[in-house]
Amino acid sequence: MKTERTTKLASAEKRSVSPMEREHALHLLRSMIRIRRFEAKCAELYSAMKIRGFLHLYDGEEAVAVGVMEALTPEDAVVATYREHGHALMRGISAGAILAEMYGKQEGCSRGRGGSMHLFDDKTRFYGGNAIVGGGIPIALGLALADKMQNKPRVTCCFFGDGAAAEGEFHECLNLAVLWQLPVFFVCENNLYAMGTAIRYSHSVTDLARRAASYGLTTAAVDAMDVQAVEAAAEEAAVFVRSGKGPYFLECRTYRFRAHSMFDPELYRTKAEVEEWKKRCPILTFSRKCLSDGIMSDADIGEIEREAALEINEAVAYAEACTLEPVEDLTRFVYSEGRPA
Amino acid sequence: MSNGMEHMRKLTYREAVREAMRDALRKDERVFLMGEDVGRYGGCFAVSKGLIEEFGPERIRDTPLCESTFVGAGIGAALGGMRPIVEIMTVNFSLLAADQILNNTATYLHMSGGLFNVPLIIRMATGGGRQLAAQHSHCLSGWYAHIPGIKVLTPATVEDARGMLWTALDDPDPVLIFENSGLYNMEGFLPIDAGPVDIDSARVRRAGKDLTIISYSASLFKALDAAETLSKEGIEAEVIDLRTLRPLDERTFLDSAARTHRVLIVDEGWRSGSISAEVSARIMEKAFFELDAAVERICSAEVPMPYAKHLEEAALPRMEKIIEVVRKMVRSHG
Repeated sequence: MKTERTTKLASAEKRSVSPMEREHALHLLRSMIRIRRFEAKCAELYSAMKIRGFLHLYDGEEAVAVGVMEALTPEDAVVATYREHGHALMRGISAGAILAEMYGKQEGCSRGRGGSMHLFDDKTRFYGGNAIVGGGIPIALGLALADKMQNKPRVTCCFFGDGAAAEGEFHECLNLAVLWQLPVFFVCENNLYAMGTAIRYSHSVTDLARRAASYGLTTAAVDAMDVQAVEAAAEEAAVFVRSGKGPYFLECRTYRFRAHSMFDPELYRTKAEVEEWKKRCPILTFSRKCLSDGIMSDADIGEIEREAALEINEAVAYAEACTLEPVEDLTRFVYSEGRPA
Repeated sequence: MSNGMEHMRKLTYREAVREAMRDALRKDERVFLMGEDVGRYGGCFAVSKGLIEEFGPERIRDTPLCESTFVGAGIGAALGGMRPIVEIMTVNFSLLAADQILNNTATYLHMSGGLFNVPLIIRMATGGGRQLAAQHSHCLSGWYAHIPGIKVLTPATVEDARGMLWTALDDPDPVLIFENSGLYNMEGFLPIDAGPVDIDSARVRRAGKDLTIISYSASLFKALDAAETLSKEGIEAEVIDLRTLRPLDERTFLDSAARTHRVLIVDEGWRSGSISAEVSARIMEKAFFELDAAVERICSAEVPMPYAKHLEEAALPRMEKIIEVVRKMVRSHG
């Protein structure tokens, strides 16, 4: 097991910045800001009763989805959890299709059949959106098994939280993935709480990377408030898995700024704790570092904010204009249509 | 004179399932089998015996004891372009994978708005009668039939044991196949050129005019045996094999009810909330005015299966009971 890694924060000295480095930094920051602003809009639309059901927001954890997705190719597969708006956006599902889904519209990425917790997309191989904690992990194994049996050098990237690491399926899956040397990239988003239960109340060993290592697979832990650290760790993991060396477990140590869902009064943690973590906000720290390094300017960040606002406003307008599926179609998609005779 | 038998061959139900899998493995490289002890052990009911020698451990995959994970992996493999056959030792163990079966297998197509179908087959042994007590003997196929999104097959004959698996493998959606463990040693005849059979219709296994007995899986043979005895008394029972519990082919049994006007349902499941309750309700809803008598049911007693032989026998539907109920139904009315 590797030790925790972080990238160095803001050095005072200015250095020369290549256009590529600048472009990439802008891309990372833009990606995180897109997610943050998208989630803020979702919260607003929830309050406005435009979105219903359960809504789980990703604020604070953006560096995980952004950093990890950088390491994947379009051929790879993604299995995510019910807190997956950020992953879906990063995978390339449009904000409009995601928002339309939450509006329950038939132009939504799951035709309005799934909602916030069940975003799907075949073009980007995005296999949900799973609202049973740990329930997506076996599916990721199967996708990887299919690739291995068909000699396709692809990676299946499976996101889950610290809560899932207490589920039996998590342990079954690590065992089987190692046993069968399956190309799965396990990404544990450890935000320290399984809904409202702190990790110390649900795990006998709270160092999840260490626990995972007991199954005999390569593991690492990363400070997931640092997008560049996540990106570097994910790159290493994806290269490892893609090269056929078996599964890889990356624990992303992060924190959720908002409540678990819109129904959560947050009785289980103090405001002071949340405020303390907000000082490590991945957007704040990364933008501060980029400014300090001279990689970007306040004007660049202003431009990113404008772009994000425009994209989200367009997505809202799109979702509003989308249509409801006719009730006559209610029982469609229970079985495949056009089954061979 | 030919009696047609020269084109037939004799084999057991177990061999029929094995042949179906062997043929599928030979003709489609996407097909593979996985489950507990399916390979080196040969299957806990010896159904997959010999397959690992022919197809190797990559396609006849022994799994650790982790039902939820290997069923879920079956879903993923199906999504990834394979045609997995997952074997679960018994229906009772399938409950360890109930989350994957109900929350993922049955929902994926719908939850994704039609994007992701799951062509997965899950086979499992079911049924009582072998003194295996309360954690290995239950008949829960009717219970699974409650779930939209999956298909539930209950092959009773060697022809169906072989042919339904073929058709199921061509189905784009998840199919659960329940093999009653009491049938594995049963012998039957199969045409030499037997091929696939449909998986969405019931069959009239014996024609009769006085009463309809509806059954499925191993109970079918109790119904057929009862019908033979009753025939000697001048009572001609029509016997229907449901074959598939979801989707339920109601046309076949509604038509039969309209011919005979009396219906008895024999179901190895528990009575409350059973498939027999569903069949009975549909007859009441759609053939009420065809009936000369109330629909009757013979189900398993509502107890966890006891170990002692005499108690287990008393808990399961019995041929003698079928005969007794039929006599009463036919003689006490019009």
